[in-house]
Amino acid sequence: MIRVEHLSKQFNGQTVLNDISLTVEAGEVIAIIGPSGSGKTTFLRCLNLLETPSSGRIQVGDVSIDATRPLTQQSGLIRKLRQQVGFVFQNFNLFPHRTALENVIEGPLVVKKTPREQAEALGRKLLAKVGLAGKEDAYPRRLSGGQQQRVAIARALAMEPEVILFDEPTSALDPELVGEVLATIRGLAEEKRTMVIVTHEMSFARDVANRVIFFDKGVIVEQGEAKALFANPQEERTRQFLGKILGSQQVG
Amino acid sequence: MIENSLQLALDSAPFLLKGAYFTVVLSLGGMFFGLLLGFGLALMRLSRFKLLSWTARVYVSFFRGTPLLVQLFVIYYGLPQIGLELDPLPAALIGFSLNMAAYACEILRAAISSIDRGQWEAAASIGMTRGQALRRAILPQAARTALPPLGNSFISLVKDTALAATIQVPELFRQAQLITARTFEVFTMYLAAALIYWVLASVLAHLQNRLEARVNRHDQES
Repeated sequence: MIRVEHLSKQFNGQTVLNDISLTVEAGEVIAIIGPSGSGKTTFLRCLNLLETPSSGRIQVGDVSIDATRPLTQQSGLIRKLRQQVGFVFQNFNLFPHRTALENVIEGPLVVKKTPREQAEALGRKLLAKVGLAGKEDAYPRRLSGGQQQRVAIARALAMEPEVILFDEPTSALDPELVGEVLATIRGLAEEKRTMVIVTHEMSFARDVANRVIFFDKGVIVEQGEAKALFANPQEERTRQFLGKILGSQQVG
Repeated sequence: MIENSLQLALDSAPFLLKGAYFTVVLSLGGMFFGLLLGFGLALMRLSRFKLLSWTARVYVSFFRGTPLLVQLFVIYYGLPQIGLELDPLPAALIGFSLNMAAYACEILRAAISSIDRGQWEAAASIGMTRGQALRRAILPQAARTALPPLGNSFISLVKDTALAATIQVPELFRQAQLITARTFEVFTMYLAAALIYWVLASVLAHLQNRLEARVNRHDQES
């Protein structure tokens, strides 16, 4: 589904990502964890080229991007890739001048040229799916953070992507709103959707992900089956990180 | 005395209104072409191609850094010397449009730049081209930021059209001057002209407020 080969990114002479290779199979749910500044968000953003890698190759489905060639020459391919890759941002990034429904159908309408009637039917269905039936006509600023993030998830789903990337989807939320967003993502996992989730929610990662990847200093330090990695980390750095995090988070 | 003045003002009304007509033409024309050209310049300014952004930058610097009156003189009196003769009205229209474009460019550029990067990214993440992102996501939001300063510029333009009197355009101020030369009723005529400018500017300010309310509607309670 996703194949990343030798992905590197340098920024101002610093290596942010160092020769990362990774394969994600269809239906897999992957959680990426690691300290801040470890490169995990940069890696996720590279997957749909929101960030420009310095070298390497990224393949999603049948679209393949060679990062050593100038990306401006591959913009058509990049757009094709992005249509297959949903992205959910930490800060939601909903369009504030559009209602919930308009946000969701924007992609189908503008990019896929879906007829409006059909797009609206899809949009209503997706809003209902994320528990927001009745909020179709609300503008984002009238919605809570948790509701906004669920609209954003519906917007990503509306493009019927092969895979969805989540960049710390609950980090900008008030604690009492985290649960509703995690429940929505959990629901998608149960449908066997392919997802890559950068998160600080360790118990969520352990329960929902098939595989957990631990990032530090721009490299994958350790990866493995979720429950095994949390129960029995092999690397010293992973142990240290989990020790620190789990000390402050309840993993029930 | 007052009766005479009133009578004079009424007698001159057709001349003043004819002048006002040219004032409106210059204002609307200057706005329209100025916005159009200014938008193009703003896109050039934001382009990653250095030559384009540099050209736009020099353009803006020149037209904001020189007096509008001088620009009008160069176009109307100067260009004929290099073989380009223009009638007063087109010359003035070109001058106001070019000048307006420089201000519109800076206002639009600032408004577009003020939109959070996340909006571009959200549009890109659902597969939009840069053009689609600009049209669907960025410009509607930038319009909110741009409208108040654009409105101010337009109101300034209405008043600046009086400068066209110096290049023989029979607009409002010029008409008032002509009547004054005949009747010596300086106070009445210039006051009448001032009142007409005021009405025009007020109408524009009112339209601006209505438009602002419209683009801000998603901010209201719903």
